[in-house]
Parts: sequence; structure tokens; C-alpha cells
Amino acid sequence: MSILINRATRVICQGFTGSQGTLHSEQALAYGTQLVGGVTPGKGGSYHLGLPVFDSVREAVEETSANATVIYVPAAYCKDSILEAIDAGIELIVCITEGIPTLDMLEVKACIGVAGARLIGPNCPGVITPGECKIGIMPGDIHLPGKVGVVSRSGTLTYEAVKQTTDRGYGQTTCVGIGGDPIPGTHFVDVLGLFQQDDATEAVVMVGEIGGTAEEEAAEFIKTEVRKPVVAYIAGVTAPPGKRMGHAGAIIAGGKGTASEKFTALEAAGVRTVKSLADIGEALAEVTGWE
Amino acid sequence: MNLHEYQAKRLFDDYGLPVSVGYVVDTPDEAVAAAERIGGTTWVCKVQVHAGGRGNAGGVQLVDSIDEVRSFAERWLGARLVTVQTDADGQPVNQIYIEACIGIERELYLGVVIDRSSSRIVVMASKDGGVEIEKVAEETPEKIFRVAIDPFVGAQSFQGRDMAFQLGLKGNQVSQFTNLFNNLMNLFNKLDCSLVEINPLVITDRGDVLCLDAKINVDGNALYRQDDLRSMRDISQEDAREVQADAFGLNYVALDGNIGCMVNGAGLAMGTMDLVKLHGGNPANFLDVGGGASQEAVAEAFKIILSDANVRAVLINIFGGIVSCATIAEGIIAAIEEIGVDVPVVVRFEGNSADRGSDRLAASGLNLIAASSLVDAAEKAISAAGGSV
Repeated sequence: MSILINRATRVICQGFTGSQGTLHSEQALAYGTQLVGGVTPGKGGSYHLGLPVFDSVREAVEETSANATVIYVPAAYCKDSILEAIDAGIELIVCITEGIPTLDMLEVKACIGVAGARLIGPNCPGVITPGECKIGIMPGDIHLPGKVGVVSRSGTLTYEAVKQTTDRGYGQTTCVGIGGDPIPGTHFVDVLGLFQQDDATEAVVMVGEIGGTAEEEAAEFIKTEVRKPVVAYIAGVTAPPGKRMGHAGAIIAGGKGTASEKFTALEAAGVRTVKSLADIGEALAEVTGWE
Repeated sequence: MNLHEYQAKRLFDDYGLPVSVGYVVDTPDEAVAAAERIGGTTWVCKVQVHAGGRGNAGGVQLVDSIDEVRSFAERWLGARLVTVQTDADGQPVNQIYIEACIGIERELYLGVVIDRSSSRIVVMASKDGGVEIEKVAEETPEKIFRVAIDPFVGAQSFQGRDMAFQLGLKGNQVSQFTNLFNNLMNLFNKLDCSLVEINPLVITDRGDVLCLDAKINVDGNALYRQDDLRSMRDISQEDAREVQADAFGLNYVALDGNIGCMVNGAGLAMGTMDLVKLHGGNPANFLDVGGGASQEAVAEAFKIILSDANVRAVLINIFGGIVSCATIAEGIIAAIEEIGVDVPVVVRFEGNSADRGSDRLAASGLNLIAASSLVDAAEKAISAAGGSV
């Protein structure tokens, strides 16, 4: 079992014929992902990487029965691409692109909620269910099918966590990069809920960062809803507070958002936290009793 | 991207938010001329820097003679202002804003911000404006009135009216505030703001609502569609090395330690700094060289890191994802040969072709120290920099 994606997931790529879309689609195909086509407006009817190209997401869905999409289009066009995918009835939308204006994301987020679609990202490495389906830019070969759910706000930091669970032979059910943007499509709590429901996931690794209150909200959720061991690492203990302007940011954060506050909230929820990112695998062994 | 108060007030005026008459100047003579043009006998002189807390730091002064206007300008132009919101060096003062002085009846607070947890724009207001607003929020959160804006229909007048009544406004002030509220939300959306703050918003002695201060922060990701705002960027208010890094697509933040860090990915870069600190070292910077870590990016990163005289060793931590560590090793070698690096460099490779990358570095004959793990890398960098602090 896994969450979000598996070998039956039928994926299309928006921004298919661009350089990023091409590079990562090749990697996805090599990994065994059921990539069934792509969308580049104006290039419909042609073929790319041996797969059909469509002018619109709606057409791609009608022709290929795709139920997931990955978006590599430039930031200025992402809002349009995501809304197009929602309109075409795609269930899972993974947006890799970074640099999307925040106000665009507020509108996207509201539409996602109404449509009942799920958006992962933006500004994220994507989602992978090892051995079955890879959607995104993560290196496939550091993953191993297994029993740990991984959820993270970071890219390369996720790879570190993944590698430690692979090196110890635990493997992963699914790894989800929710992205580091202020307005992510999916939050920690959403993914934690899915991992709790998933029988194959025996433990969860959560990788957070300073800023925002997503980790504190995750802590509240874990306290009441998650019955599986959770190991958490938060990056940014040494990050300087930095120059700032005005008070509104501090007021809305309500005294939350620093690494130490996040560690405290998670520990109070029974999460095993690690101060060194090198200790994630070791902590997992301790809380699960695995060899 | 931050704007100066004078820029923000110009935008406020464009969008129909009430502000006082004022002029921005960059010489004492212009300051005097501005005060004379405004007329009257009292003026407010304000240094223009990208930081709050100017008042308590002496950067805002009420003056009642032309001589005082001149001496304020002479005192501050070319100087640096240190406030609770800046670092120890403070911010350079290149401009001063001279403004008409207004009689104040009451000081309120009004702020607009994007609330991450609700994914909404939230407007916040309080009867208790001024510098103690964070304390008010912490100790008596019920005194901060909040209203969330629906992304589908936008801000509505009734929300502005509600807020006006909560603030205890009367008569004309209610419609003035409601207008201001609507115009403020229009400005926030049209200009892709991430924060707008009016602290204080005042009721003048004539009973009118007026924006006495103005802070605007614009979403950097949206600047491509904000031509007018792009030209308002003032890089004198930013760290020179951060500006240089930004020009090469690098994300750099200067710190006060002696171990330069070069890492691919922002999260891993923070994690690496944390690790260095945890093992008794002190990072000199945060630097995200980008997922690909191209030779050009690595060379620029070295230049920026080594422009910091405190750096005694450099720690490179690369997790090769799609990009092979062997390719990155070539980039590191070429960059070192190009610019000449005279401090020890510790390299930790992981992921894609990590072994081949390490072999390539070892064969280069350069002063490179290979690390076998994260912890090994941190410890070797600390020892290369002269031991723990």
C-alpha cells in the first residue's frame, strides 16, 4: 500500500515539451511511472518521448484517462495550468515550479478546496511511491519500497531523510514533498492523516523548517489523530532572525514559527525530535525497535 | 521587496488612502526647501530606511524651526540608523522624508498580511496603535480585531464598517475608514503585496482618519508583473553580498561565524548550518547554490563566501539528485583553479555518483578534504577552521 500514487496512477505532464518537462519525464518513464501523455498548447497532435501531446488538459484526460498531472510550466503561467487541471477533473495535481506569486496561490487554494482536488506543492520535489510511481524531480535510486512515510517541506533535505531510511533497509511507502512556499496546496496535517490511514506505513518521518505554523499545527494533529511513531527534524535552529519591517508578521504568527517553538510543540505531542539531521535513521530505529 | 515610507505613501495617495503632504529629499538644502514649501511652523522629519523602530532610535523627529530641519538632515544624511529591527550596523540613511505635522487625537493600528494557516488575506486592527503593538497582540490578543478576506469575492464594505465600529469610530470617520479599508485592499491586490502596515493610523484633531506611517512589502515572486514597483527597489538597503548572490541566482545570507557553507537546496543549507553549530562550529553564511550547482554558480559562490574576511574554511555539502556529483566535482575544481582558494575546503558528496565525484576531487591535487558523512564533514570543517568555538 501507499498514499496518493501507485502503479495504477496515470500521469500527464503539463509543460511536457519544455526542457524541465522533457528531462524529468524521461526520468519518470525510466523509473516505470505510467506517464501517458503531455500537454503543450499549440503542439497537440504531435508526439514527444513516444507519447501523445495534447493542446489542453481536458483533451488529454479524455484520450488517456489520466488521473494525475505534474506541472513544469514557468511560474507566471502556473495559476492557469493548475486551474485548467482542476477544471478537467484531475484528482492529483503536483506542481514542481517555484516562484509563483502568493496572491495567485490564494486563489488556486480556494479553487482546489471547492473542487475537492489535491494539489502537492508548488516549489516541491514531488511525490514518489518507491518501485511504483515517481512524479517529480527526486532521484529515484535513493528510494526503496518499504514501511516509512516521509513528508517534508524541503527538497534535498528530504533526500537525506530518505537515504537514511533506505540505508537501514526500512524503505518508504510514499515520500511527499509539500514544498516550502507560504501557501502550499497540501499541509503536513493532510499527509499525516493519509499516512495514519495507510496500513503499510508503520512510522512517519517529518522534515520541517522555520517559518509559518505548519509544524505546530502538525503537532496538534499528531497529538489526537496519529497513532504511529513520528520522527521529526526542523531545519533552521541557527538561522538569524533577520531584518524585518513592521509588526504584522509577528502578530499573525502569534509567537510561533521559530525552530525551538516547533521542537517544543512536537515533543509535547509525543514526537521524537532530532536536532541533527544525521540522526533521523537512528531515531527511527529507537522509536520503532527496528533493527 | 521592501519599499520606503515615501514610496509607500506615494502609492497610498495613488490609491486614495489619506496621507499628509510630504517630500522626500537627499540634501539639507532640499530639506529646508521642502519644509518651506509645506509651510506652517512644525514638521516631521523621518529617515528613510528599510526597518521599523525608527522613532525610538532617533530617526523620527518633530521639529518647529527651519534650523532644526536643516540640522536633522545634516545629522542623518549619510549616517546609519540602528533600530531594534536592524542588525548592529544598522541601515544607511540616503533620504529623508519631510512631512506636514498633524495634530493627533487617537492612534490606531491597521495591518494587512497573508495568513499562511488559513490561506487568506487577513486585515488586523487595534485601538492600541504605536510601537507596543506586538506586546498588545501577545498579552491581550482580544484587542486585535481580525477579518479574513474571501479570495472569491474580495473585501466587502461591511467588513470595513464592522472594523470601524470595533475601533470605536464615530460619524464621518466610519465612512472614511470604510473607504480606506476598500482602497487598502485594492492596493494590496493590485500591487501584489505580502504586507501593508499603517502604524499608526490616526484620528486627527479635526476628526479625520489619516495614515501617519506606511509600510509596504511586495511579493518578490510577483515583480515580473509589477513594472513600476521593480524600479523602486533600493539596493543600498540590502546586504551587498546578498545582492551580488541574487544576481547569480544564489541565495546567500551573511552570518558572523568562520565556516563558509555552500550547499544545494535551502533546507539542506539550513540543516548543514545547524549541524556545524551543533558540533561546536560557527557558520559564516547561509548559501543555497541551487539544485544543479553549475560550475558558474559554484565559482560565484566561492567568490561571495571568500569576500568575508572571517572565513577560515569552506564546507561544501552536495546531495546529488538528478545532477551527478562527478559533474559538480568538475565545477568545484574549475572554480577553485579559476579564482584561487586559499582556505581549506571540505567536501561531502552524497547521492548521484558520489564516489566518482570524490575520486575526481582526490585526483585533482587541490587542497580538498573529503568527508564521508554529514557529521564527518562538520567536524572536519570545524577542525580546518581552527577548532571549535
